[in-house]
Amino acid sequence: MGNGVTTAGGSVAANGAKAKRTPVEWLKLFAIPILAVLLLVIPLFLSEFRLNLLAKYLCFAFPAAGIVLIWGYGGILSLGQGMFFGLGSYMMAMYLKLESTTSDSSAQALSEFFGSNLPDFMVWNSVEALPWWWEPFHHAWFALPAIIILPALIAFVLAYANFRKRVGGVYFSIITLAFSAIMAIVIIGQQGVTGGINGITDFKTFFGVSFEAEGVRTKLYLATVLLLLAVLVVGRFIVRSRLGKILVAIRDREDRVRFSGYDPALFKGFIFACAAVFASIGGALFTLQVGLASPSLVGIVPSIEMVIYAAVGGRLSIVGAVYGAVLVGAAKTFFSENFVEYWLYFIGALFVIVVMFLPSGLAGLLDRFTRRGANGNGAKP
Amino acid sequence: MTFEIFMMQAFNGLSLFTILVLMALGLAIVFGLMGVINMAHGELMAMGAYTTYATALFFEKFMPAAKDVYFLVGIVLAFAVTFVFGLALERGLIRFLYKRPLDTMLATWGLSLILQQVFRHVFGPKEVGVPTVSWLQGAWAPSFLPNASFPLSRIFIIALALLVSFGVYMLLFRTRWGLRIRAVTQNRTMSGAAGINTERVDALTFALGCGLAGIAGSSFTMLASTGPVTGQQYVVDTFIVVVFGGVESLLGTILSAAIIGQLQSTFEFLMTGSMAKASILLLVIVALYFRPNGLFSSKVRR
Repeated sequence: MGNGVTTAGGSVAANGAKAKRTPVEWLKLFAIPILAVLLLVIPLFLSEFRLNLLAKYLCFAFPAAGIVLIWGYGGILSLGQGMFFGLGSYMMAMYLKLESTTSDSSAQALSEFFGSNLPDFMVWNSVEALPWWWEPFHHAWFALPAIIILPALIAFVLAYANFRKRVGGVYFSIITLAFSAIMAIVIIGQQGVTGGINGITDFKTFFGVSFEAEGVRTKLYLATVLLLLAVLVVGRFIVRSRLGKILVAIRDREDRVRFSGYDPALFKGFIFACAAVFASIGGALFTLQVGLASPSLVGIVPSIEMVIYAAVGGRLSIVGAVYGAVLVGAAKTFFSENFVEYWLYFIGALFVIVVMFLPSGLAGLLDRFTRRGANGNGAKP
Repeated sequence: MTFEIFMMQAFNGLSLFTILVLMALGLAIVFGLMGVINMAHGELMAMGAYTTYATALFFEKFMPAAKDVYFLVGIVLAFAVTFVFGLALERGLIRFLYKRPLDTMLATWGLSLILQQVFRHVFGPKEVGVPTVSWLQGAWAPSFLPNASFPLSRIFIIALALLVSFGVYMLLFRTRWGLRIRAVTQNRTMSGAAGINTERVDALTFALGCGLAGIAGSSFTMLASTGPVTGQQYVVDTFIVVVFGGVESLLGTILSAAIIGQLQSTFEFLMTGSMAKASILLLVIVALYFRPNGLFSSKVRR
């Protein structure tokens, strides 16, 4: 596809090992450790409320990192990552809800009162029995692997099927868009079994630990940071492996890769599944952090917002996705606390400006400041 | 009785079909002929609707005597406003992004968010409705179908869609401008070499697509009220219609609107509205899997 911007292989800069490194290159080389230190030090200066917010932003860094992989390196623009974020989020919520319903004392009192041990929103919607697809989520050994495996399977099948038929470019974007729309519509429409527009909320415990317990917030934050770093390392590994090189080749000239004997659909399907897993993990962590799974994080609007996180950080920079997610997230909080009505102007302008003037995002800005500009100056639109 | 239900159902399908045609024609021109994905297309419809609303307010205040014709004026104004806006949009933004279709999606999405907030600031967050002109009130109840009635506003939209489709057809296939548009679509370089000002053609084609969105939005004020996020609700449907029909053919767009319209009105009869919509989307995705270039495109891409 004619993806004119992204020929700059920005963060593959570490190739020229012999040449003397500029400070920016050093910065890139140690991007993940630097981020790790930042994420571990910053909490010391934040109130619990702000820490919680930061943790929330970090959850969106997961799908954003996935978008860097598929969009920046694979040339696939998915406008439906909210679907996978939502899958992870809802699967975690189903598990937590069932745990809260069976173990918590007040929930038990409620269930005795209603004469049913179903989650509260099902009782309100007079659902008689637990749907069969809720049943396995009684067990953590099912729910946790499912958060990884199910989105991966769905994403791979969806992507492989479409790419094998050579549905690509904007068509695939529209299909992903339609999928996230479908998921939001179904969740809102099937209130009795999904919680509808209110989502699933009001969790008491997870794995037997109360959410109110001392230090739980900090531990959750640390878990998020560790998982995020793991995801970044995996992403970086993929990008720097030969697989990553083939991906870039597919992005730039898919036909030539095909003629060389590779099956592009397989590679694209794989990377799309990776991004879906990232998004799903982010969604599951979001549910843990915020105590909510909501259709408002599934549909079109949040899905496209996830793309801007990646775009702001730099579509070729996996670590950049974290900065993008945190910056845009913080901006959102800032606007909603001060002048809500200007938020849409801000994010709208951000889309336009980043696409028009900063196609490589913040990471590209960093490149522009160094004379040597890594692998040349292809970052011009 | 069953025959009447059938007729009503068919009419609903026909009405939905024409609504979809109005929505999709503009996008089909912009997307199909130019390859530009305009995610702000829905907001352009909303812009048309708000223009009609503003016209209604103006007539109520200054020309109450002529308020029965305001709607016709509103449609023309809606076209004019969105046409000019489209022209500015193409010159100011879209033309820099022709080689980057995915980026166009994002930039126009950003624009759609900005426009939503502009609507909210100018017209308020509440949905607004326009008064129905007297000659569109009521319904036509034919004597041979005693239990059926067909709302005049929907009949008007059917007529409008026919008129607009015919107009677009004449424009594209019977005028010099249309000839230029088709030439540029088929081979930009050769058209340029033959002396066609391709940039001008691009700008006017894009503006035409936007203007059609304005007409669509304007006519929808007859059916529903208009809010800041109205456009966002339309945009996925519109894309689906265009993609399903095969982006390269306008006829495909119209046929796909017909199919989706009938299917949706049938599904809505059988299940809840939201599930009907989800089923349609899913069905279209499955259909696209088997016909990746849309139902009615014969060309082979890539």
